[in-house]
Amino acid sequence: MKTRRSFIKALTLSASLAAMGSVSSFAQAADTIKVGILHSLSGTMAISETALKNVALMAIDEINAAGGVLGKKLEPVVVDPASNWPLFAEKARQLLSQDKVAVTFGCWTSVSRKSVNPVFKELNGLLFYPVQYEGEELEKNVFYTGAAPNQQAIPAVEYLMSKDGGEAKRFVLLGTDYVYPRTTNKILRAFLHSKGVKDEDIMEEYTPFGHADYQTIIANIKKFAAAGKKTAVVSTINGDSNVPFYKELGNAGLKATDVPVVAFSVGEEELRGVDAKPLVGHLAAWNYFMSVKNPTNAAFIKKYQDWAKANKVPNADTVVTNDPMEATYVGIYMWKQAVEQAKTTDVDAVIAALGGQTFKAPSGFTLTMDKTNHHLHKPVLIGEVRADGQFSTVWKTKEPIRAQPWSPFIPGNEGKQNL
Amino acid sequence: MPLSVPHLLRVFLLAVCCTLGSAHAAPSAETLARLADDDSDTRIAAIAELGAEGSAQSVALLDALAGEALALTGAGRLVILTDTGALDAATGEAIEPYPDDADPLMVNNRIRNALHSAKAATNIRATDRATRLAAAQLLRDSASELLMPILEPALAVEQDKEIRAILALAVARVNLASSEPAKRILAAQRLGDSSDASVKAMLAALLDTNGNGQFVEPDAEVRAAAKASMQAIERRLAMADLASTAFTGLSLGSILLLAALGLAITYGVMGVINMAHGELLMVGAYATYVVQGLFRTYLPEHVDSYVLAAVPVAFLTAAAVGMLMERTVIRWLYGRPLETLLATWGLSLVLIQTARVIFGPQNVEVANPAWMSGGVSTYADIVLPWNRLVIIGFAIFVLLLVWLMMQKTRLGMFVRAVTQNRAMAGCVGVPTARIDTLAFGIGAGIAGLGGCALSQVANVGPAMGQGYIVDSFMVVVLGGVGQLAGAVTAAMGLGLMTKILEGWAGAVVAKILVLVFIIIFIQKRPQGLFALKGRFVED
Repeated sequence: MKTRRSFIKALTLSASLAAMGSVSSFAQAADTIKVGILHSLSGTMAISETALKNVALMAIDEINAAGGVLGKKLEPVVVDPASNWPLFAEKARQLLSQDKVAVTFGCWTSVSRKSVNPVFKELNGLLFYPVQYEGEELEKNVFYTGAAPNQQAIPAVEYLMSKDGGEAKRFVLLGTDYVYPRTTNKILRAFLHSKGVKDEDIMEEYTPFGHADYQTIIANIKKFAAAGKKTAVVSTINGDSNVPFYKELGNAGLKATDVPVVAFSVGEEELRGVDAKPLVGHLAAWNYFMSVKNPTNAAFIKKYQDWAKANKVPNADTVVTNDPMEATYVGIYMWKQAVEQAKTTDVDAVIAALGGQTFKAPSGFTLTMDKTNHHLHKPVLIGEVRADGQFSTVWKTKEPIRAQPWSPFIPGNEGKQNL
Repeated sequence: MPLSVPHLLRVFLLAVCCTLGSAHAAPSAETLARLADDDSDTRIAAIAELGAEGSAQSVALLDALAGEALALTGAGRLVILTDTGALDAATGEAIEPYPDDADPLMVNNRIRNALHSAKAATNIRATDRATRLAAAQLLRDSASELLMPILEPALAVEQDKEIRAILALAVARVNLASSEPAKRILAAQRLGDSSDASVKAMLAALLDTNGNGQFVEPDAEVRAAAKASMQAIERRLAMADLASTAFTGLSLGSILLLAALGLAITYGVMGVINMAHGELLMVGAYATYVVQGLFRTYLPEHVDSYVLAAVPVAFLTAAAVGMLMERTVIRWLYGRPLETLLATWGLSLVLIQTARVIFGPQNVEVANPAWMSGGVSTYADIVLPWNRLVIIGFAIFVLLLVWLMMQKTRLGMFVRAVTQNRAMAGCVGVPTARIDTLAFGIGAGIAGLGGCALSQVANVGPAMGQGYIVDSFMVVVLGGVGQLAGAVTAAMGLGLMTKILEGWAGAVVAKILVLVFIIIFIQKRPQGLFALKGRFVED
């Protein structure tokens, strides 16, 4: 299968090169600022990452329509790393040394970010990473606009343990088998210990990427939940495995009122492929929901829907917005503000200018880029799935909270908070 | 089970006492206001009051709240949103104009629980059997001392045997904590009929000793009864475990079989290494998706039967694609396995990209029709999901179809003849080229049927076929090339083996172990489980 994969890669690569040509051709004007977009447009992660490429292009169109940055138009350079982690590094190198982009927006899985980190470091590039992740990392060349564990995972579990969350006493930590779920679950286990939850009340399970048969796991969860204490499931299942998982959950009659499932990687985009009616009441923790009601968000959704229609995105009439899309959008604008403040696109100057930038985000909060740790201060929202695949917010923080990329629940992290 | 339920019921019972005198009065404005309060406890109390009151208007209010149709306008007026307009929650009058600023009241799991309990306590007196049954099950799982005033009268008047048994269990659960030993013995004995693991935990707690070495349960007779009941539950649970593992194994096996049957024809019988087989599954799944879309647009009242219409469409579409592949590419490459492999692999990429261009890179939603959603509860509370049951049945149906086609029709005979000796078949007048096309088309069509079935349990996306190609080849190679019986045995064997290992070692390790097993097996027995016997002409 190895050779077959690389053949697919080669083919999609040529396809994306063709697409790239057409995208960048309109902006060949003499003086532009190049912006790299590094998201998988094919392979398993395409389900999630395609929308991020779209929203980045939309933001760039919007900025160009308003006069660009420093009087220059932005020119997007879209590449497709095809859900292939080593290819991410290759493409990043191409963006930095060949296309000479001023900034790159990209990556979804932690393993892809880990693969490009050395490239950005070596060539002194600038990457905006828009997805919630496990922390335990702080790179000078990377800005993290998604949530750190204390901005998503920990508040979600705290909510489950609260009265309104059902006062859960037993936890199933269920995830896809790779770095993000394993690290998050390590942090959560330590956190649960600190709350007095014993090891026998924690069940940890992993499935391979793309796992489609969740019968056994759901039967095990049922058995685990029968021990007499309120049980909740914390799911870090990633990618399209979520669809069979939730389908099985609904069919097996495991209701949210009995055993609620809180997910960290399931958003509006992922629920588009599922009939959400049996899932009503299951939870997700994010920093933004499409259903949030405020003028900024209404404008953001409208802009994206119009853009999708104008650019003939497939199924344009049903496009949704979600948290990583919001984070991408916020990231692009923060970068623009920092460039305007620094009056140059020079990476070191922009990095220096980024700390302390603020932006009124669609989540309804004004987000601040932390001065030292390259993470956004973000609000935490917990939502329950509604029958239409949207989320209704059942709990949220009053203020944006500061990220702790180095979790205090992992020993040896003390004093590692800043760059 | 939900811890908050006893608390809810306490509130509820309080509400029953308060409202008994004033039954069937319309809900007061004050209760309505509390329904929209910020504090969950206040809202839950209001829900309980409405449930206890039980008037048609209160039930309508609760249903509206559960359906997130109860909304608060900017002016603080509580309204019920319907498809046609908005009604005032207090009076039931229509509101003109439609309040655009109405915001549905938040419902979280705790509120939903309160709604369920309020409904169960009312529904236990309903005339409809199914409603009572559901209510009884809910009450059984949350039985507590507080429920006795509802449970005992309900048990006294209940005629239906099944509901009686459930209610009796609920009463026994409560009586287990009674102060009279005689009641406790009876309760402990009665609980032996339960098949709920949480009851087992309750009984086991009685047999524990506390810090001073004394038993939690002082009465030896009660302990003996509890022990006997516990063992009965344990036996039942062990059986249930075995049965559910067997079922999940069969279910996985039937999916593997459906994915592999098409390949069993194209590769197994015709010897074409068809790397685009997974994409033929994908074609079938997308055909199902398209049919679903057509039904939603043109026949919304029959949308639940779209799957039945999708079956022939999936077959024909995939067969058409398969025949086109055969005519244009594969027929020039018979007998050249390496080139066939490369060419079909290229075709698979073409098909994936085509799907991506037509339907977009995202997965598309294929919903289970209502009759395939949910499950049937059987022995010891094992839930057998309908979609899995239907797929097992469908796998048997497709298998029968393939067998009849290969063994009982003239076409099947020709296909077998061409497979065994192409030259001789040609000599006696079999149009070998046309037979090749048809046979490939049928193999592809069967793959399309597999795709139709997969769309009901797995993701439908452009690359969905990639996940099944390895499994499909595994089944065909393990079963023995050219043998339907082999494919069936291999699929079911792999399904059961995966599920047994998964229960024991987890999904990741199970996958590794299965692959290791197959490598060893193929080394020891390269011809697979069932080998064709007889003389063949190798070309």
